[in-house]
Amino acid sequence: MSTGQKSTLIERLDALYEYEREPVTKDKLHGWKTFIAMFSGEHIAGTEFVLGPLMVMHGVSAKDFFLGLLVGNFLAVLSWALFCAPVGVKTRLTIYWQLRKICGPYLMVAYSAFYAIILCLLAGAMVNVAVTSVSIPFHIPNPDFVAGDMIPTVPWMLLAVVVGAVIAILAVLGFEKIAHFSKVCAPWMVLIFFAGAIAVLADLGVSSIGEFWSVANEKIFTGIPTGANTKYTFWHVMGFAWLCNATQHIGMADITIFRYAKKWTQGFASAFGMYLGHYGAWVCSGILCAAYLAAGNTNPQPGNIALFGAGFAGAVCVVIAGWTTANPTLYRAGLAFQVTTPNWKRWKVTFAAGVFMIITACIPAVNANLDRIVAYYGLFFMPLGAFIFIDLWIFPKIGLIKDYAEKAKLMISWPALLAWIGALLFSVFMYGKDNYGWLSKLLEGRQPEWLANIKLDLMLLIAPEWVVAVTLYLLFCIIQQKIGKSKVQYREAGQ
Amino acid sequence: MKNILKIISLQGLLLTIVPSLLVFKGVIDLKLHYNLMIIGMVLWFETAPFWMKGTSLEEKEQ
Repeated sequence: MSTGQKSTLIERLDALYEYEREPVTKDKLHGWKTFIAMFSGEHIAGTEFVLGPLMVMHGVSAKDFFLGLLVGNFLAVLSWALFCAPVGVKTRLTIYWQLRKICGPYLMVAYSAFYAIILCLLAGAMVNVAVTSVSIPFHIPNPDFVAGDMIPTVPWMLLAVVVGAVIAILAVLGFEKIAHFSKVCAPWMVLIFFAGAIAVLADLGVSSIGEFWSVANEKIFTGIPTGANTKYTFWHVMGFAWLCNATQHIGMADITIFRYAKKWTQGFASAFGMYLGHYGAWVCSGILCAAYLAAGNTNPQPGNIALFGAGFAGAVCVVIAGWTTANPTLYRAGLAFQVTTPNWKRWKVTFAAGVFMIITACIPAVNANLDRIVAYYGLFFMPLGAFIFIDLWIFPKIGLIKDYAEKAKLMISWPALLAWIGALLFSVFMYGKDNYGWLSKLLEGRQPEWLANIKLDLMLLIAPEWVVAVTLYLLFCIIQQKIGKSKVQYREAGQ
Repeated sequence: MKNILKIISLQGLLLTIVPSLLVFKGVIDLKLHYNLMIIGMVLWFETAPFWMKGTSLEEKEQ
């Protein structure tokens, strides 16, 4: 790639986000109400109908589930309140500009491209959720991954194409009205989750509130995994509840939102999203799944379990929940993809992202492994948030220069690149040594005893990876700024 | 007018959640619960969009 082409790419990216280059001014700041409403709405989505049942299918016990969610969501709230919101309030910049200052424009392009891909995957998962409900009146069976369905039937795929195309068209037209509509849906959707779960409790044998706990242990969260699913414990649930939005909180993507906050303490507004959506809705969808299976059914897909607990309104809720979350997700994916497609118009880019989304929606393995995919996604982007955190708060205290890439006019920050890769390799290694066949075979008999005794699931890697990312970044930045020649370049740049 | 719409919206939400409690108590059956939830859904969506504020942070910025 020539220098000219490179600068064009960076210029294009800058132009795309130009309107948000300046820090947010005081007159645009918002209070608690806005953030409470936003978090409550955003974290009650179509995928909540998938994640609760996944925990049930992984044989989590009632105590592990309730306690794991309590602690994991508390850690997520603390991550928003103590890591993300203070950075957003201090810098008043988007994640794009903040990363550009610290990592340089090339890494920012890489971030955008990877982010677009994962957004398409998530939008596809949401389309899949919506289609599980749309398929019901047409009597088209939903694919059953546990029973071995690797691809859906042709009619099911045609439905996915239709639903995906509608979502792509609406994303091309803009998502403002849908964003409004999704906010209107939020209070009603919460109640659908709760109403569906309460209504089926009697079927499970709960006749009074006092009986709930014993039934929860015996019939809902039984502790026995279904099919070939691995067993989840308190640690898996806690880790997943913390990790599933790691890109947003500890990964700092939500500084883009918190730059509008009046005070950093508004980060605690995330508790409404976590405890309504990632606690209440997951518990409710788990109950719906258990009741659906207890009634002799198989393949607890979102559409089926919602119809079972809440009738037609439940099925509509699944469609709306999938649609209203897939739409802005695809819109943002199109926006991120646009930087790598110079001559394409927005509608073409969004449709291309839409095709990727539809293909993803037609892969049952995606939703069946959504917890794993979300965990990888969190671990992938989280190191960049760690760099932002220590660059802003720690560097000035230890005599290092913050925003070094910007000040030294670097196109790429090698400490950030190497620390990002290093942190990811650490996580892949720690998980893969016991879970990837090829790696386990390669390391057979070659691991020291202490290392072999450490068994870390993906869900448990968030804190270790953060520590590794910070350590590596700090070490590399010291080499760059104190020992290397870059400081000379920095001075020569006239800073 | 707005207050009337809000009252109807609230009734929509009540018709969404209360029937499930009645099913739990054994007062009504699941079929009636499904039908009352449909009425609740219609009431909510016919009225809430007209009084709920909905602009997001991103829209305001743009």
